[in-house]
Amino acid sequence: MTGFLSTRDLTMRFGGHIAVDGVTCEFAPGTLTAIVGPNGAGKTTFFNLLSGQLAATAGHIFWDLDEITGLPASARARRGIGRAFQLTNLFPGLSVRENVRLAVQGEAGVGLDLRRRWRSRRDLVDRADEILGRVGLAGRADARAGSLSHGDQRKLEVGLLIALRPRVFMFDEPTAGMSVDDVPVILDLIHAVKAEGRSTILLVEHKMDVVRSLADRIVVLHNGRLVADGEPEAVMAAPVVQSAYLGIGPDA
Amino acid sequence: MRFLRALLSDDLPRSRALSAILVAIFLGLLFAPFLFSGSQALNAAAKILYFVVLAASYDLLLGYTGIVSFAHTMFFGIGGYGAGLALYGWGPSWSSVAAGTAIALVLSVALATAIGLFSLRVQRIFFAMITLAVASVFAILASQLGWLTGGEDGRTYQVPPLLRPGFRLFEGEIGGVAINGRIVAYYLLLVTALVLFLAMLRVVNSPFGRVLQAIRENDFRAEAIGYRTVLYRSVANCVSAAVATVAGVMCAVWLRYTGPATTLSFDIMLDILLMVVIGGMGTLYGAVIGATLFLLAETYLQTLMGAISRATEGIPLLPALFHPDRWLLWLGILFIGSVYFFPAGIVGRLGRDR
Ligand SMILES: Nc1ncnc2c1ncn2[C@@H]1O[C@H](COP(=O)(O)OP(=O)(O)O)[C@@H](O)[C@H]1O
Ligand SMILES: [Mg+2]
Repeated sequence: MTGFLSTRDLTMRFGGHIAVDGVTCEFAPGTLTAIVGPNGAGKTTFFNLLSGQLAATAGHIFWDLDEITGLPASARARRGIGRAFQLTNLFPGLSVRENVRLAVQGEAGVGLDLRRRWRSRRDLVDRADEILGRVGLAGRADARAGSLSHGDQRKLEVGLLIALRPRVFMFDEPTAGMSVDDVPVILDLIHAVKAEGRSTILLVEHKMDVVRSLADRIVVLHNGRLVADGEPEAVMAAPVVQSAYLGIGPDA
Repeated sequence: MRFLRALLSDDLPRSRALSAILVAIFLGLLFAPFLFSGSQALNAAAKILYFVVLAASYDLLLGYTGIVSFAHTMFFGIGGYGAGLALYGWGPSWSSVAAGTAIALVLSVALATAIGLFSLRVQRIFFAMITLAVASVFAILASQLGWLTGGEDGRTYQVPPLLRPGFRLFEGEIGGVAINGRIVAYYLLLVTALVLFLAMLRVVNSPFGRVLQAIRENDFRAEAIGYRTVLYRSVANCVSAAVATVAGVMCAVWLRYTGPATTLSFDIMLDILLMVVIGGMGTLYGAVIGATLFLLAETYLQTLMGAISRATEGIPLLPALFHPDRWLLWLGILFIGSVYFFPAGIVGRLGRDR
């Protein structure tokens, strides 16, 4: 079986501040793990370490049997570790369609083709259009990405991730700040990815009802430390979680 | 129409006005030897040809990839000196041109790769400073190695017989113009410029070209979706350098002279920068318009101002203001004005139809 992403004693220090503190953890294919914890707990930093945006101060990251701790972000993306960002992070001056095409051609590995017109790759054009439809942006395909509403930008952010066809999907608060109409679009997409049953999915999410409905497992970070890990019901009931995860009582 | 689309790599001009201007420039250049008499006009047209190539290749870096480089005239100079010194040293044959070009291309790509790998991972400002330093060293070398380059005086040489003024392609004339070697040389430049321009248009509209734009927009995210941005930047740098090198060869063959002032000078670097900015960054058509306007202004502003000065004789102040000696002042005002009023360049200003 392949598709295991794991960390050993993973640590990230910013000056004197420890944002991720000795986290050892494994994520299996076909499961959706929710990562929860208060603001500043180190969730985004943990993602940045996994996908290579940050280089770990100490510890190791393994992708199946390979250590990928030192690999640059682009190499990890090409190996199938995909990432959507908490703060929307697009190509603002390019059209929505071009944003998706960039991810599609990245997955297809044709970026160094200087000779062919984009349009001559019918298969890639079609795939980009299909993804635009799935994230509900077909009508905005020609708009500049920077001119989209916040909700549409979040959809595009998820669209880029799906276009990469990764084996690991990392969603960092994908629905934060979205209107109630837009939230289901994103959740349906995550559901669909999960239903395929092959991918390893990591989800940072504050809304506990969302976590309950999607997660197979919950990992709790607090001050950079992994303080709880297990089945959703068990984790939610644990006293350490009740005290650590501020504002979330058993009935929240 | 399909053929035209393929030729222009699906990147048709976006507005009628832009298409009209581009067609006018193209026809003007195509028929320049027959439309305008005198060597000044033909020289200006030929200069436009190699500067269009030079400015467009610079836009590949500046406008498409967001890389600020000051080494572009160095690559232009390598091409110029490569062809020029080969013609000077090995005699005026086509094999000298070919060998000089090949050596220049190898040297340019090697230098571009070295600069790229050493410095494209650092911050953009450092990259700009490093290119500036390397280009300065190269310019000093060119003027110090007098035994090879002719120093500040440069080298004057002959070109292959086919391209010499005394050569006649055939007896008789077309439209009252005898087809001599200069006109053959002009059309050689025209074909080269056209092929290079269309090739660059293909590059910017290829999957690779889209990655360059992505790097310009957000290199962090480009890296996150799997593009090794250092590699892409380096390849862009090499392509741009190689094209600038060929522009230098065009210049050397046309002028039959190569020296620091025509190839390596920092003034030329600033000129290219202005051409790209005036025409519009991130569009190769902008480079065509920018280079054409700039060189026309540079060539004809003095003449134009002389005419205005004479026409306004008797009115106080105006004749003095438009005195031909003040042409640089007016050129400066034109630049500031165009950058101020068209921050997105002329192509950006023309917008898109629909
Ligand atoms: N680039 C950085 N430099 C310095 N400190 C950082 C940086 N990124 C995050 N931090 C700090 O690390 C801690 C964890 O942040 P983060 O991972 O964003 O938390 P979360 O996503 O769980 O809200 C915070 O205290 C934050 O201020
Ligand atoms: Mg966060």
